[in-house]
Amino acid sequence: MNKDNSILDIKKNRKISLLNVIWQWEIILFFIFIMVIIINSNLSPYFLDYTNLMNTTFNFIEKAIIALPMMFVIICGDIDISVASIIALSSVFMGMASQAGVNTFGLVAIGLFTGSAAGFLNGFIITKFGIPAIAVTLGSMSLFRGIAYVILGDKAFTKYPVSFAYFGQGYIGNTMIPFELVLFFILATIFGIILHRTTMGRKVFAIGNNSTAARFSGIPVNRIRLIIFTITGLCSGLASILLTSRIGSTRPNIASGWELEIITTVVLGGVAITGGNGNIFGVIISIFIIGFLKFGMGLINIPGKVMTIIIGLLLILAIMLPQLLERLKPKNSFGHAKK
Amino acid sequence: MRDLFRKREFNLFIFILFIIFGVSLRTPSFLYVNNFVDILNDTAILSMVAIGQLMIIVTGGIDLSVGSSIALSGMSVALLNQYHPGIPIFLIILISIAVGLLLGSINGLLVSQAKIPPIITTLGTMSIYRGLVFVLCKGTWVSAHEMTEVFRGFPRKSFLGISSLIYVSILILILFLIFLNLTRTGREIYGVGGNKIASQYVGINLKRIQYIVFTLCGGITGLAGFLWVARYAAAQSETAIGFELQTIAACVIGGVSIMGGSGTIIGVVLGAFFMGIVYNALTMINVSPFWQMAIQGFIILFAIIINTVMDKRNQQLMLRKRSFNE
Repeated sequence: MNKDNSILDIKKNRKISLLNVIWQWEIILFFIFIMVIIINSNLSPYFLDYTNLMNTTFNFIEKAIIALPMMFVIICGDIDISVASIIALSSVFMGMASQAGVNTFGLVAIGLFTGSAAGFLNGFIITKFGIPAIAVTLGSMSLFRGIAYVILGDKAFTKYPVSFAYFGQGYIGNTMIPFELVLFFILATIFGIILHRTTMGRKVFAIGNNSTAARFSGIPVNRIRLIIFTITGLCSGLASILLTSRIGSTRPNIASGWELEIITTVVLGGVAITGGNGNIFGVIISIFIIGFLKFGMGLINIPGKVMTIIIGLLLILAIMLPQLLERLKPKNSFGHAKK
Repeated sequence: MRDLFRKREFNLFIFILFIIFGVSLRTPSFLYVNNFVDILNDTAILSMVAIGQLMIIVTGGIDLSVGSSIALSGMSVALLNQYHPGIPIFLIILISIAVGLLLGSINGLLVSQAKIPPIITTLGTMSIYRGLVFVLCKGTWVSAHEMTEVFRGFPRKSFLGISSLIYVSILILILFLIFLNLTRTGREIYGVGGNKIASQYVGINLKRIQYIVFTLCGGITGLAGFLWVARYAAAQSETAIGFELQTIAACVIGGVSIMGGSGTIIGVVLGAFFMGIVYNALTMINVSPFWQMAIQGFIILFAIIINTVMDKRNQQLMLRKRSFNE
């Protein structure tokens, strides 16, 4: 009797396999993406314009560049809410250097170095003392931005070399493709390959699923987490270079509130907040969903504060939806939802 | 065990005395009674909300939406007061608490029923509530002259030289001391934080506890929302922005374990008082207010590291003691 049941199970499994494909998060995201484009282009005639679409990527590619390493952090089961403050810190240091007459190359080096150092500090405290990442990055979020306030107060740095502007404002050759966008796709390819095609990526998933078991299998858990936090810092430094170069000035409140949007993007992309699960394609689609959604809302004059309501709702819905889908999925004879 | 926990609050107390001594050497006016009443006034709201935050952190959660729900409940009663000045003050306070309870219970439902991790839930509701404040007030302020005299005057009304703001915070302190230490639900909150799975095996309803702590914290933020708006005589969409960090800092400084399971109200109130003293001392010794944020971050990191290191040492000591006894 039992045996028959299990055979039936397998057959049922095969039948609904197509349904399971449709229920994959990335596919759902892709449909949402198409819907966002259709709705937006119906609401405003200016949406589906090549130049507009290319130029609007300037507004979210800096966040997207941090979302990539943030994906690793969250898959590991950690979180980093200090990224926006690292942007502020790097930007302030670059501003100081620029004031002192450092050239573009030096500025880039300073931005990247400050970011990595800040990320390393996070990772060091987290792994050395075994403190939850949320607590440490909460403190360093306040510390890093606080240092920016100490240095700048109510002033701003606005003097940057002309060649520095290319990173955030430049296009590739004579095309309308922004330099930032190309940089993002190169980085996304690298991060995707590392996550899905190398042992390093497998180790990251293993840590997220069960860090104790991972350590017993010989994975240097803390070293990998330290590396990931440092890379998150490095990418925040990179984002800081792009942002500073794009807006050409530094204030201590630069990029405030970005951490929320970056985490929302990653979670909407199907990365489990509890760790151990995630896919680069989901995150990339989610980046463009949120970016184009905000662009579309801006075109029909929705204020920024109202957009934050929608982003917040998206975050909560994005996490509730897989659970709802799990309940809707056909049950096997044991009453468990199928994977 | 109990002595060790007491010791931490005692250490913090000694540290506070040390700072008071150090600052008063440089600025004798720091020691005036008036200045201490000022510090108490400044930390009253913080210590109240930090108690709410404490309950959530003890269960292993975190609430990042407290600043936004203070702003939203404060803005709703300020607008109510502006357009219907006839509503009596006690009703205004009740409405403010009710708005807070509602916001908190939304958090609680999302955490307990939809099983969204507290950090994500409150990160989301933080921006939703903040956005709703903007929608409510349409970007404008409710300023002092648009509020009634009774509304504005409430936190300043004083009895025996102490403002009602301080009385309210002492009332909250006593209520929650009793609730957390002497009631069954209060002890269950600590039980959940100590070990989620074990607590369910002994029959504690995890969902109920999670719902209760978020709702109660919401209620406190509701009350705090009214007090905040009335005290500063202004309601705007940026009210209490970043306040969640301060409440978490007060908890961490007060020795609350961010992993959950341990932390006392006395510790948290001392933690809030400590932050009040540090900010006050900074102004007293002429340090620019721009230093506040950096110092706050530094104190949080420092306190977390000290707490963790001390926890580990205490555990080792306990293990060693046990092995000696056996």
